[in-house]
Amino acid sequence: MPPVAPRSGDAIFANVERVNAELFTLTYGAIVRQLLTDLEEVEEVNKQLDQMGYNIGVRLIDEFLAKSHVSRCVDFKETAEVIAKVGFKMFLGITATVTNWDAEGTSCSLVLEDNPLVDFVELPDTCQGLYYCNILSGVIRGALEMVSMKTEVTWVRDMLRGDDAYELQVKLLKQVPEEYPYKDDE
Amino acid sequence: MQFFSGSEISPSPPAPTASGNNAHMMYVFNRNGICLLYREWNRPLRTLSDHQDHKLMFGLLFSLKSLTAKMDPTSLKFHLFCLDLITSYSEVNGSTINCGPDLKMIMTFLAVFCSNYFIINMPSHHSMDKGNLGVPQLPGQGCSFHSFRTNTYKLSFMETPSGIKIILVTNPRTGDLREPLKYIYNLYVEHVVKNPLYTPGTPIK
Repeated sequence: MPPVAPRSGDAIFANVERVNAELFTLTYGAIVRQLLTDLEEVEEVNKQLDQMGYNIGVRLIDEFLAKSHVSRCVDFKETAEVIAKVGFKMFLGITATVTNWDAEGTSCSLVLEDNPLVDFVELPDTCQGLYYCNILSGVIRGALEMVSMKTEVTWVRDMLRGDDAYELQVKLLKQVPEEYPYKDDE
Repeated sequence: MQFFSGSEISPSPPAPTASGNNAHMMYVFNRNGICLLYREWNRPLRTLSDHQDHKLMFGLLFSLKSLTAKMDPTSLKFHLFCLDLITSYSEVNGSTINCGPDLKMIMTFLAVFCSNYFIINMPSHHSMDKGNLGVPQLPGQGCSFHSFRTNTYKLSFMETPSGIKIILVTNPRTGDLREPLKYIYNLYVEHVVKNPLYTPGTPIK
């Protein structure tokens, strides 16, 4: 009998190797700062953060699956719950809540109350278009793509811009079923 | 069929060696069919080239997955499948829908025929939706098989939702290998996925 998947990430969070939160926050801040200096364009930085997040997500999904023993999710609703409760808890130590389901169940919002990436951060006036946590949207997009779901992840609310919470909108574009990769005539 | 003919030459499996090494071969595939890792410890008979062998293995498992999902008796899809069969059978005969016995006979014959060749172990997850038949399975639906056993070897298989497939071929007396396969997957994650110099999708050196 395979072990029952934990519904909350607390147990796993206690078991994984952890780094100092401040070290993590400051390292991330340094990365964004360096990207701003190198690329200078806020839109470029956003795209680059998303791409970095995508690369991380592609590898992260295996670690997540190995540590959390979740079985396949039946539908997108369950997927969103698992990301919010188990995934965020396991990697960032926070839990998110899932709200705002649309009528078909293909789009939802993940609301984060606190976010370890943005401790000590203020956005200056020159960088008002910057999505500081865009790496998170890339991570979710990359991870879901490796489990056959093409999604689009955008920020709806961002505390650094004056809102009261962080809200990510995750929209399922389509589910890509597995295909036989070899051609029949080979 | 070439693959199975090897077993006729030596009907009794070789006794496990004193060192207790039970495994014959191990494969790791990713979702695109690329063999990331292949290791063999004990493989006296080799019928195909490496590339063909990998393709055969991957194709076999891909088909077995679809087959086991379609034959799942606890899923709604199976009932739809039977319904489809009944209606098509009756269309061919040009008569109204016949009663069950003929169909049941066909299905049981097929199942027995297959099980003569291997015993498939599969836990089944009840799938809630009524999708279309013949459409490739979305991951997350249907049941998943985890091993089959012949008289000379046992093949154990684990697939993760991210498409990584781990296959272990061992002697037939091996017990349930799901825990060791999970352990191997953890090792894969720790050392391969987290290695910054490794490009996902390339064979592991």
